[in-house]
Amino acid sequence: MMKLDDIPGVLDDMATALSRHLERRGVSDFALVGIHTGGMWIARALQNCLGHSEPVGGLDISFYRDDFTRIGLHPRVQPSSLPFEVENRHVVLVDDVLYTGRTIRAALNEIFDYGRPASVTLVVLVDRGGRELPIAADVVGIEVTLAADNHIKLSGPDPLSLNILQDP
Amino acid sequence: MSSTSLQTGPDGGLRHLLTVEGLPRVRVEELLDTAESFLGVTQREVKKVPLLRGKTVVNLFFESSTRTRTTFELAAKRLSADVINLSISTSATVKGESLLDTLRNLEAMHADIFVVRHGTSGAAHFIAQHCLPHVAVLNAGDGRHAHPTQALLDVFTIRRHKPNFDQIKVAIVGDILNSRVARSQIHALNTLGTAEVRVVAPRTLLPVGIESLGVKVFTDLAKGLAGVDVIIMLRLQKERMQGALLPSEHEYYRQFGLTEARLQGAHPEAIVMHPGPINRGVEIDSSVADGARSVILEQVTNGIAIRMAAMSLIMGTRAQDGRGGG
Repeated sequence: MMKLDDIPGVLDDMATALSRHLERRGVSDFALVGIHTGGMWIARALQNCLGHSEPVGGLDISFYRDDFTRIGLHPRVQPSSLPFEVENRHVVLVDDVLYTGRTIRAALNEIFDYGRPASVTLVVLVDRGGRELPIAADVVGIEVTLAADNHIKLSGPDPLSLNILQDP
Repeated sequence: MSSTSLQTGPDGGLRHLLTVEGLPRVRVEELLDTAESFLGVTQREVKKVPLLRGKTVVNLFFESSTRTRTTFELAAKRLSADVINLSISTSATVKGESLLDTLRNLEAMHADIFVVRHGTSGAAHFIAQHCLPHVAVLNAGDGRHAHPTQALLDVFTIRRHKPNFDQIKVAIVGDILNSRVARSQIHALNTLGTAEVRVVAPRTLLPVGIESLGVKVFTDLAKGLAGVDVIIMLRLQKERMQGALLPSEHEYYRQFGLTEARLQGAHPEAIVMHPGPINRGVEIDSSVADGARSVILEQVTNGIAIRMAAMSLIMGTRAQDGRGGG
């Protein structure tokens, strides 16, 4: 088991990288959207780092998962809430861990059901490799390559800490 | 097999929804929590999620209904399922086809969910026992027995206004005798630990032994409404009213109709509910039905979310069942 505690330092770097990325794209006005639950924590932390005043949106992608017909509905689905117009907005989508890419696929589908965003930028705390879909993040905090029997667990929101666990 | 054991799988997941009776609190709360999330979906630009894409829902209505059938249809469509509406009284059974033959034909069309409304108690249970194992049955009202999704949408509506069931008094007023809605509501309210459930009706419209369901009985409206937080008015079921149970509609309104004046006796923040369709001037005055305390139209909106929750949880349980069996 591995534990990573300096999340605040990583978040600062991510906020800087995100600002630079958005600047390059010519985006000054954007909306932060976190994926429940870890992505919401990271999105709120980035909001603080960036001094962004608009409320953070939250997505629970349970109704969009591609494994519903295999594993059913996730327990405790939380309501999604995007407290702003998605139409023509630049959306910054935030998640804790990027793995197969299926969660991001589901989140993109859900975002488009709220409207047509001008752009979507993907920010993740950890990219652990293992993609099954052609999806890449624009801003990555930590890159690690992990075997399939490893799990990453983010605990938080205060303090945020990252644990890498191995199946016994 | 009882409805209670027929509707839940070995791991306790919902496989059919036939009755609220015997449904554990955790299952009821799971339905309400899931409905809360679906409520968000129905407020968006695109009011649809892809959960039941490729599934077929058949609304089997042996008894007429507008609200229940329409909200089941909308719920299925918002889950991206395909929906077929059948009003059986006007089709096959007139030609002499038996219920089981009708079922076999619908199964051959690869239906996944039957939503059943029938005038006979136990009809949905019968269909759940005889349909193919992959088919789920949702009871949309059977005789005088049960109307689970109505009761669930009612407790869902109550919870959104009064979240602590252990602190509220609920009065159910009207034709308790003929009402499957009242029966299901009583079970749902008791399961959620409601502090006090009252039934208020003339003696002739109260079933014998109703006290055994854990309710307080009142035959006087003013006493029954004193201090309650929720008032549920039931429709006076004219079509079921045969024989001399009541002197007249006018007399019923005089004694049991909910008016602004009568409402004064309830808690000042009491909400007024009605499963519809309402008989204005029979069980409820128009000014109350359309008034500030009324949440009657909210119930209709919430009905869609509850039916989405029931269908998706059931199909989710079945997905998990299938995992083990391949």
